[in-house]
Amino acid sequence: MTILRGSVLVVSALAKSFGGVQAVREASFAVEAGQLVAMIGPNGAGKTTCFNMVNGQLRPDSGSVRIGGVEVVGRAPRQIWRLGVGRTFQITATFASMTVRENVQMALLSYHHRLASWWLRAAHLYREEAHALLARVGMADQAERPCSVLAYGDLKRVELAMALANAPQLLLMDEPTAGMAPAERIELMALTADIVRERRIAALFTEHDMDVVFAHADRIVVLNRGSVIAEGVPDEVRANAQVRQVYLGSRH
Amino acid sequence: MSSLVIQFLNGLAGASTLFLVAVGLSLIFGVTRIVNFAHGSFYMLGIYVAYSIISRAGAGGGLGPAGFWGGILVAAMVVGALGALIEILLLRRIYHAPEMFQLLATFGIVLVIKDYVLWAWGPEDLLGPRAPGLGGSVEILGRPFPEYDLALVFIGPLVLGLLWLLLNRTRWGTLVRAATQDREMAGALGVNQKWLFTAVFALGSALAGLGGALQIPREPAQLFLDMGVIADAFVVVVVGGMGSIPGAALAAFIIGEIKAYCVGIGQVGFLGYSVSLSKLTLVAEFIVMAIVLVMRPWGLLGRQQGAQRIAAGARERPAAGRAMQIAVLAVAGALAVMPFVAQPYTIVLLIDILVYALFAASLQFLMGPAGLVSFGHAAYFGLGAYGAALLVKKAGLPMEFALAGGPLAAALGAVVFGWFCVRLSGVYLAMLTLAFAQIAWSIVYQWDQFTGGSNGLVGVWPAPWLASKTAFYYLAFTLCGCGIWLLRRIVYSPYGCALRAGRDSPLRCDAIGIDLARLQWAAFVLVGTFAGLAGAIYAFSKGSISPETLGIPLSVDALVMVLLGGIHTASGPVVGAAVLTWLQDTVVRNTDYWRALLGAIIIALVLVFPQGIAGFARRRWARSEAA
Repeated sequence: MTILRGSVLVVSALAKSFGGVQAVREASFAVEAGQLVAMIGPNGAGKTTCFNMVNGQLRPDSGSVRIGGVEVVGRAPRQIWRLGVGRTFQITATFASMTVRENVQMALLSYHHRLASWWLRAAHLYREEAHALLARVGMADQAERPCSVLAYGDLKRVELAMALANAPQLLLMDEPTAGMAPAERIELMALTADIVRERRIAALFTEHDMDVVFAHADRIVVLNRGSVIAEGVPDEVRANAQVRQVYLGSRH
Repeated sequence: MSSLVIQFLNGLAGASTLFLVAVGLSLIFGVTRIVNFAHGSFYMLGIYVAYSIISRAGAGGGLGPAGFWGGILVAAMVVGALGALIEILLLRRIYHAPEMFQLLATFGIVLVIKDYVLWAWGPEDLLGPRAPGLGGSVEILGRPFPEYDLALVFIGPLVLGLLWLLLNRTRWGTLVRAATQDREMAGALGVNQKWLFTAVFALGSALAGLGGALQIPREPAQLFLDMGVIADAFVVVVVGGMGSIPGAALAAFIIGEIKAYCVGIGQVGFLGYSVSLSKLTLVAEFIVMAIVLVMRPWGLLGRQQGAQRIAAGARERPAAGRAMQIAVLAVAGALAVMPFVAQPYTIVLLIDILVYALFAASLQFLMGPAGLVSFGHAAYFGLGAYGAALLVKKAGLPMEFALAGGPLAAALGAVVFGWFCVRLSGVYLAMLTLAFAQIAWSIVYQWDQFTGGSNGLVGVWPAPWLASKTAFYYLAFTLCGCGIWLLRRIVYSPYGCALRAGRDSPLRCDAIGIDLARLQWAAFVLVGTFAGLAGAIYAFSKGSISPETLGIPLSVDALVMVLLGGIHTASGPVVGAAVLTWLQDTVVRNTDYWRALLGAIIIALVLVFPQGIAGFARRRWARSEAA
């Protein structure tokens, strides 16, 4: 396992148990800038627990999570976001009463510390920036539509645009293609991979669709029963005997 | 020692009563998710019906135990039957409406029942007979204790036991528990929800009726029992956990005991001050509630509630652009020339409407964009009114300063209340706001030397240059108009948008770095300030104020105004305030039974305009534009 000093995300010896069940044990891995890393594993392997400890929603029992060299264990998700971490959710979370553009504007307003303003008109602020982000994810033509009427795949794109609003160094995506049609999945992941490479963002995502994982991930971290059992480029993981046994055996 | 035992028994008797009132409310909420404001009215009806039955049973001479206890049970059943009727005729139609509309409808029922009782039994207090065979008292450790209270000590646990058997040992009980835990799942499994809901509502109402009927020998039947009891019942249910019956029992026990000991201990010295604990009884339960909710946000034995439906379909948009702006200017212009064309009485009425419009607008800001429901918004109105009045009367400041100081007092109150409130959400948040309003009310009501107690403060007059009604009208017009306009402006500011974002998705807010609790806290302070301004203007327009300015009825009026006008429409609270104030004024002048008429109007409006009047108008407008 190689953990370079320059990694954006460095997770070491992370552990968490729930009432005697060891959900994650001594997990360590790293994500470099410009790299798309998938975290996979069978159900109950500890992916979500691990993921939520990285984004600050869960507090680990022990271990360390460093983002851009800063220890984040014990910090709230809100504070972690300030360090330059964008997030998307398995079930999209957007502001249903607002338009697509307003959703992205909210993220931009928060990033620029403008939320305390009681006087200005929010609609006039950071319009161009919002538009540029929406154009990047292919949603510019739907900018004025309310989020409540969007197709699910489009909502995922809006979420991605919002996650990019704070110019993140790290992007955390929980099941980014869940609930989408196969063709849409490939398209969204290709888009994400492009953005990650062009902006030199470190991206970590969980995913259960193996086609998506092996087609787009630069590296793969495999969890089983809370432990990292393999880590490497897709070909290495594909060839790993232990992975084949516990995880891929039944599928490939 | 013996006095402690007696206090404990007193506490148990009180707890029994509290439990009986609260358990029905909790049961109904658990299954139907309706917060039934009319529950206190069912309790009140229970006393009155029992009074009639028992005094008729005892008319021929001696009242036997069979006549007394039979009468109480029949009274409970009558109330239960009425509950079933109301559920079938009204509530069934609005189960899918937002929670606030259900609440409004049940408040309409409160008003109708109140006037029915007034019409049927008259305004006098009615004291029932003593329970046959239980009229005396027994000696406990050398002290007398009323026999009937001792009976109550046993009746509460008896009812709890019977309910437990019903819910755990019968098929019907299994269905009720299934529906309480997962309504959709129970429906999917083929449970006939319609009749289950009706039966639960009838049972809950009957329990309220029973709780009331059992009070016959202890307290007279009075017309204001409904509001006092509903506040008690809310507190018990919230402390215990909404929908939890053991929780209701536990909460009733804790609150009953604390109240009993407050009364029993009386005066105590504390840090050199003498504090009267018996005066604390009014606020004790609300303090318990505030503490419990901060430590356990879902009550002692409650579970987290699902998301509220208040935000469903919420959409703040500038209504109809140019046409709307012209309409607003036209209304403002008409209001500006009013003093030249209208009767003096109309000007007085218009001042009231302006004050209430600002008050309602401040509540709408909190409920609509911020998505925070307040049942106790009158607290800020009253704090503003009292703050202004006290600055003039006690500090001798000029009226202009008091007009600024009133809102400041309200803002300070909101700083304290809001800090607690933003830790909760949904129904629990609403209940905590009610608790704080009731605490503020109790303090004002009991602090005779400072606030004038129940008499309030008189002689709160404006400065000489505002002494004429016309001048004061223009002051109210300017301040209220600017306040409403400012609130609307803030809705579209980054701050207002962030509040809406928090209402739509707290999860996403967290993920884009928005500190929601702090923004919501600020929202409480903001709306508290504007509600306080409305209160301060009100105080000077009337010349006197009373604790009613902080009371539950005024909080409910504000809710009615917002919901009447439409919760997601900026013009809504203004329309709602105008309609309700005008209605109250007209109806009061034309009939003794104005409450019933108002209640009927509210119920009709909920059934016909579930989006409120302004919301309805906007939809019609949108439809005609599209056509």
